[in-house]
Amino acid sequence: MLEQLPLYQQAILTLAAMVLFTSFALLAQSRVVSIIHIFAWQGLLVAVTTALVAYDSGKHDLYLSAIMTIALKALFIPWLLHRLVKRLGIDREEHGAEHPATVLMIGAGLVIFCYYVAQPIEQLSASVTRNTIAISMAVVLLGMLMLVSRSKAVAQVVGFMSLENGLFFAAVAATHGMPMAVELGVAFDVLVAAVIFGVFFFHIRDSIESLDVDQLNRLSEQDE
Amino acid sequence: MTALYLTLLIPLLASILLGVFGNHRGAAAFNMLATLAGFATSVWLALIVLQQGPLGGEAGQFHIDSFNVYLIALTALVGATTSFFSTPYMAQEEANGRLGPGRLRLYHASYQGFLFTMQLALTTNNLGVLWVAMEGATLATVLLVSLYRTPESVEAAWKYFIVCGVGIALALFGTVLLYFAAAHVIPDAEHALLWSVLAEHSAQLQPVVMAIAFVFLLVGYGTKVGLVPMHTWLPDAHSEGPTPMSAVLSGLLLNVALYALVRVKILTDGALAAGGMHSPQLAGNLMMGFGLLSFTVAGLFLHRQRDIKRLFSYSSIEHMGLMTFAFGLGGPLATFGGLLHMTVHSLTKSAIFIAVGHASHIARTQSIEGIRGLIQTQPAVGWGLLIGTAAIAGFPPFGVFTSEFLLLSATMKSHPWLTVPLLTGLGVAFAGLFRHLHPMVYGERPEGQVAVSANMWPVVLHMVLVLWLGLAIPTFLADWFNQAAVLITGKGLL
Repeated sequence: MLEQLPLYQQAILTLAAMVLFTSFALLAQSRVVSIIHIFAWQGLLVAVTTALVAYDSGKHDLYLSAIMTIALKALFIPWLLHRLVKRLGIDREEHGAEHPATVLMIGAGLVIFCYYVAQPIEQLSASVTRNTIAISMAVVLLGMLMLVSRSKAVAQVVGFMSLENGLFFAAVAATHGMPMAVELGVAFDVLVAAVIFGVFFFHIRDSIESLDVDQLNRLSEQDE
Repeated sequence: MTALYLTLLIPLLASILLGVFGNHRGAAAFNMLATLAGFATSVWLALIVLQQGPLGGEAGQFHIDSFNVYLIALTALVGATTSFFSTPYMAQEEANGRLGPGRLRLYHASYQGFLFTMQLALTTNNLGVLWVAMEGATLATVLLVSLYRTPESVEAAWKYFIVCGVGIALALFGTVLLYFAAAHVIPDAEHALLWSVLAEHSAQLQPVVMAIAFVFLLVGYGTKVGLVPMHTWLPDAHSEGPTPMSAVLSGLLLNVALYALVRVKILTDGALAAGGMHSPQLAGNLMMGFGLLSFTVAGLFLHRQRDIKRLFSYSSIEHMGLMTFAFGLGGPLATFGGLLHMTVHSLTKSAIFIAVGHASHIARTQSIEGIRGLIQTQPAVGWGLLIGTAAIAGFPPFGVFTSEFLLLSATMKSHPWLTVPLLTGLGVAFAGLFRHLHPMVYGERPEGQVAVSANMWPVVLHMVLVLWLGLAIPTFLADWFNQAAVLITGKGLL
């Protein structure tokens, strides 16, 4: 059934698969610098998909979204994170998950779950959209999985931003982007969030002298 | 429309100005002035809506109807009174050496920025912009949670940022799905996220997509409402941040998140009712379940708290659960009760946090065990805390009693067996609050405990309003609640 699809739709599917692949690469990777590089590649792939959808649908404001994505997700945020880990002197550290194999297996389970959730939409829409919705949902959930499976702040932030990539990918693939005002607002929020995350790295390090967020455990409901 | 733009522009400009000049001596005074001006314009806006009906037209970017007009005024009012409390409170914090001028500049700028995002979320007609504003509210307040830079506050802020960030990201996914459903029905893409347009076409939206979208939106905005089990950020953020921020978080942010949830529930209900799904009540049932769970769990957690601000933040979770339950139950009576409860809870809880702020200054600790003999030391603070807690626990004649009574009658009518957990939960919460409150207010006064400079007028004002709402709801407000109930459930009460 794939060969019946027009060329650009095949390209979109291929790119979606690659975005999903980068999500798994993020889950598996433990070196801080490599995590940031993979994240930048994911941003680039999402931006290329956006440009492709813009070309196909003739919606020219999507080109602007693509440019914003490259600037923000593929260049600025990776650059900022890179600079921060250099300044914090943790660029050679390993920030992996404790049980990488288990995490990857859960990740695979999440992808199957997302296809299951997207199944009811099948009858309502073209198969490309169903696939891309399932994949973008998977990227969102994999970002969350990365967030909960890592204990270091930098890896958590990358998980968070990758989750944001999944959301943006969903908007582009399923609905050809959101209205411009919303896209600008979301991009602004992501930008501010990235800067605040940077500020927090220093706060966390000042308070516990490490970026291991698991050591932040003073507040809990357990009886002392 | 001028009143509307001013309501938005005043906090935005004030935030920028305070961000630049906030370390000057007049910053706190300017903050109060700006919130007062914002309150004046919101009253002006309410008067216009009272005379001319809903504002914003068919497909405008802003939409003011009876559901949000009173929330706009309430937000501006609580913002203004809390800024009057914050001036002496923050001056005391500066005198205690916990904060420097740089941090105060951040505080004031964030305070106004937060108010701006709240008003934007309430006034906008665009569900995408609503999301942007809700995320903006997190960003504006996250640096306030870690304002004191203690390890605990940094931990609370990180948790707040991550939990709310992920939660709100799920809400964005829900919004994308909603847009996906709307794009098939509404030809003009620029209008496909406008709430007023969507509400008109809600019967045509694909029910399956809307059901999935609602689940994401419920988890997303529910995180901000503080629903269990996504509530973990709330007690930490409330207890570690400065007290004025706890007051506005509990009084305003939780309300606005619930407001967003109810707005999307209206759309989902419309789509599911027309779509012939096997469970057209899906949205309502989910909200009832989450609401009841939060209400029960938070009531039990009240008993084991050691920090006074954590105590009252669990009380906020409990009440937000009750409101979510009310809106989930549906029907004009429960919805009317829910709307009233939003108003009185916001007023009462912010008043309590103001009293709590002064109490923790008197005792120089937030630990419940350290706070003793408030009425002996400073009667105004002690009585304020006592009356506020009595009101929030649901004593007549305060407004919380009225709204809880309405909700209980509605539950009795449609789901009689659910009144049992509701009444039990109210009793458990009452006991949880008063077992801690009694020694704090009446207990033996410790040696050398002295009164502090306190501004209790905001508390008096709020409690008088809550009392008034408990005795007699003014006609215009009852009309608004009634029209909002028509909007949400399709039927009026009056």
